[in-house]
Amino acid sequence: MRIDLEARAQRSTLREILAPVGAMIVAIIIGGIVVSLMGISPIAAGNVYFIEPLSQSYSLQAIAVKATPLVLIAVGLTFCYRANLWNIGAEGQFIAGGALGGWLGLLTNGGAMQDTLGGWWILPAMLIMGALGGVLYGLIPALLRIKLNVSEILTSLMLVYVAQLGLDWLVRGPWKDPAGHNLPVSVNFDPEATLPILFDGGSLHLGVLLAPIVVIIAAIVFSKTLFGFQVRLVGSSPRAARFGGFNDSTIAIAAFAISGGLAGLAGVIEVSGKIGQLIPSISPGYGFSAIIVAFLGRLHPVGALIAGLVLALTFVGGEDAQIALHLPGDMTLAFQGVLLICVLAADVLARYRLKFSMGAAA
Amino acid sequence: MRGITKRFGAFTANDDVTLGLSPGEIHALLGENGAGKSTLVKMLYGLLAPTEGEILWNGEPIKLANPNAARALGIGMVFQHFSLFDNLTVAENIALVMPKAERLEDVPAKIDQISRAYGMGLEPNRPVWSLSAGERQRIEIARALLQDPKVLILDEPTSVLTPQEAEKLFETLDRLKAEGRALLYISHHLEEVKRLCERATILRRGKVMGTCDPQIETARSMAALMVGTQIAEVRAAGKHSLGKDRLVVANLNAPSPTLHGVALKNVSLSVRGGEVFGIAGVAGNGQSELFASLSGETLANEAGAILIDGKPVGTLDISERRALDAGFVPEERNGHAAAPDFTLSDNIVLTGHGSDGLTQAGFINGAKALEKSQKVIAAFDVRTGSPDPLARTLSGGNLQKFVVGREILREPALLIINQPTWGVDALAAATIRQALLDLCARGAALLIISQDLDELFEISDRIAVIHTGTLSEALPARSTTREAIGLLMAGMGEGDSHAH
Repeated sequence: MRIDLEARAQRSTLREILAPVGAMIVAIIIGGIVVSLMGISPIAAGNVYFIEPLSQSYSLQAIAVKATPLVLIAVGLTFCYRANLWNIGAEGQFIAGGALGGWLGLLTNGGAMQDTLGGWWILPAMLIMGALGGVLYGLIPALLRIKLNVSEILTSLMLVYVAQLGLDWLVRGPWKDPAGHNLPVSVNFDPEATLPILFDGGSLHLGVLLAPIVVIIAAIVFSKTLFGFQVRLVGSSPRAARFGGFNDSTIAIAAFAISGGLAGLAGVIEVSGKIGQLIPSISPGYGFSAIIVAFLGRLHPVGALIAGLVLALTFVGGEDAQIALHLPGDMTLAFQGVLLICVLAADVLARYRLKFSMGAAA
Repeated sequence: MRGITKRFGAFTANDDVTLGLSPGEIHALLGENGAGKSTLVKMLYGLLAPTEGEILWNGEPIKLANPNAARALGIGMVFQHFSLFDNLTVAENIALVMPKAERLEDVPAKIDQISRAYGMGLEPNRPVWSLSAGERQRIEIARALLQDPKVLILDEPTSVLTPQEAEKLFETLDRLKAEGRALLYISHHLEEVKRLCERATILRRGKVMGTCDPQIETARSMAALMVGTQIAEVRAAGKHSLGKDRLVVANLNAPSPTLHGVALKNVSLSVRGGEVFGIAGVAGNGQSELFASLSGETLANEAGAILIDGKPVGTLDISERRALDAGFVPEERNGHAAAPDFTLSDNIVLTGHGSDGLTQAGFINGAKALEKSQKVIAAFDVRTGSPDPLARTLSGGNLQKFVVGREILREPALLIINQPTWGVDALAAATIRQALLDLCARGAALLIISQDLDELFEISDRIAVIHTGTLSEALPARSTTREAIGLLMAGMGEGDSHAH
């Protein structure tokens, strides 16, 4: 017997919207089976993972805080992926942004540089430097691709490890807190370099508000501007794009700059809003999880917002499950991996149907 | 085939079609694009199963589950588009589809034998990329003949051949007929059908409109059966005054863009306002490279190699050339002239974004784009299923009318168009040609690259031939014969005596 993929004659919007939902359900079933093989009731696990986090204020806030970097990065990645550019190095751009933005937090520590102007300028400047760090780091794979035709998949991924080790070295070396008992951490930022908390006693910080704003702007750019049109066109029909007079190198630079910039912004928000200092590892893999968010969100900014909340739920639920059920923390990453595979498979099935036929290949 | 009906959902592609093939005949299957010819022969070749009706083989009903079953019975097919690997030799390409028991070493001898028997002149060890379209097609035919078919289906076999190559093909087909094989010949070209066939079945919208004897009918009467309405003769270009030079190309050279591409060598031409300049040639002789250089998708080394209205534009990109009132229509509709997964109004933006007020401060004016696309749809009778469908949902002819109409409604002073009516049905082709002539009469300069000699003779004032990247002298269309052009297309012009 032979199995063929046969293109569906009609594309259905309903089918394309339902595909990620179906993928979620299949991934949850697979996760349930794995959990029950580990001797834990899948019902209890499902409750801890998906229900309890949604029923308490502190965990809802935690979801929003975790969703913020995921959404920001995924919106940026959406620009790259739509243009057929495979930036999988957002984790590195996130770290580069966090490090460059955080550096300003270190420079202004203890009231330094605040004598004449005061401290109001520090946070905006940190955000800008964070975005700039991500842009510069993202431009490396873009330029290598345009000038030397090097695959951006490899370069962007490898630069993640450079960024991780670079930050690790900085925090253990030049940026280490001299009064920190030799721990590999920097000093704590001044309040002027920390994103303020929105409600007393909560974890929701000002940076959370940036995510929906970025989503709205990106959605408009994507669907209403000539630039968004070019990004979609270059990825969908490169030859028609050239015929239209659009330069694919320019688009590649712009898409990587946006993607890197948003990842860097997410990095500095994480450092300034949540961590409050620089530490060797500032990301539990947001840059990679955001790849799943981008695809789960149908490569659309608004979809990324929804998908980012879903993925944040698995992060928070995963932490709860470690405590309540003693499930390993890597379960969360494994589940996210299963989810990505299911989403990609569902994408294929939304566009093609399986055809079973007897007999040998023609 | 008796009472064949094929439905795809609510759409009926073939409706109660009955067609008989006798040994020793070449039977023509005529019809416009979308008339259901391909669907019908796919059922005969086992690629599709009929919804109703039956296929009889020597009087016995048969079921063809797949092409293997069809080949086993003795039904062979030569497809319109070649399915050959450029980097493999003739023998390797043929061996790919032979039964597993065959050994590669035995294949060249068999090819030689077939090639000699039918006068095909195939060299088994030549790599395919070095062969002309005619030779490639002979590989496809040899491939089918190795199965010793009783019935051979040929889908638009002459669309890429020179007149001389086509004549050679006809001799091979005559020989196959004399051996008692039955041939089903699918074509738009009515003159060919008259040359080859004794019977013709005409399909329109999936139904048989009639069976006739092409020897008795005129080409015009068969065309009328095909399209259902009398096609108006395209109005001759007539005597309109020629303006100044709008496009001048002087010694344009361009290296080959790809391994198997063609380099342009010292191409020179000039087109005046109100003039149609035709470029003939067999596919793959530098047409797409020339188009890319003229449009600005490939930039020339010297600005002065191309002049539009006297302005050197060789180093300007396509948007800057469009800003000088030039319009372009490339050969490939899907993916080049239009983005298939974008709507028609988005495809208006594709070439119009630099002008026409389609963008304001970086934002696309969607309403304006939609309005313009509706204008094109109305003016060129583009048939669409919804007001603003995706480009790829349109049939070939309708999408071609759209991409040509899109440029014509911009009223360009210079229009460069590659294969204006390739694979387009007769009615749409007539619409397009008429629109081109009307544009020309309004003073625009037209440069038309086409493989269709009938088309070029019908609408051009002057014709030049492109062969291996070199452009011949332009000849006045009125006083030049098809034979003279055909010889140039085969690379046998004066002063160019080496054979190809």
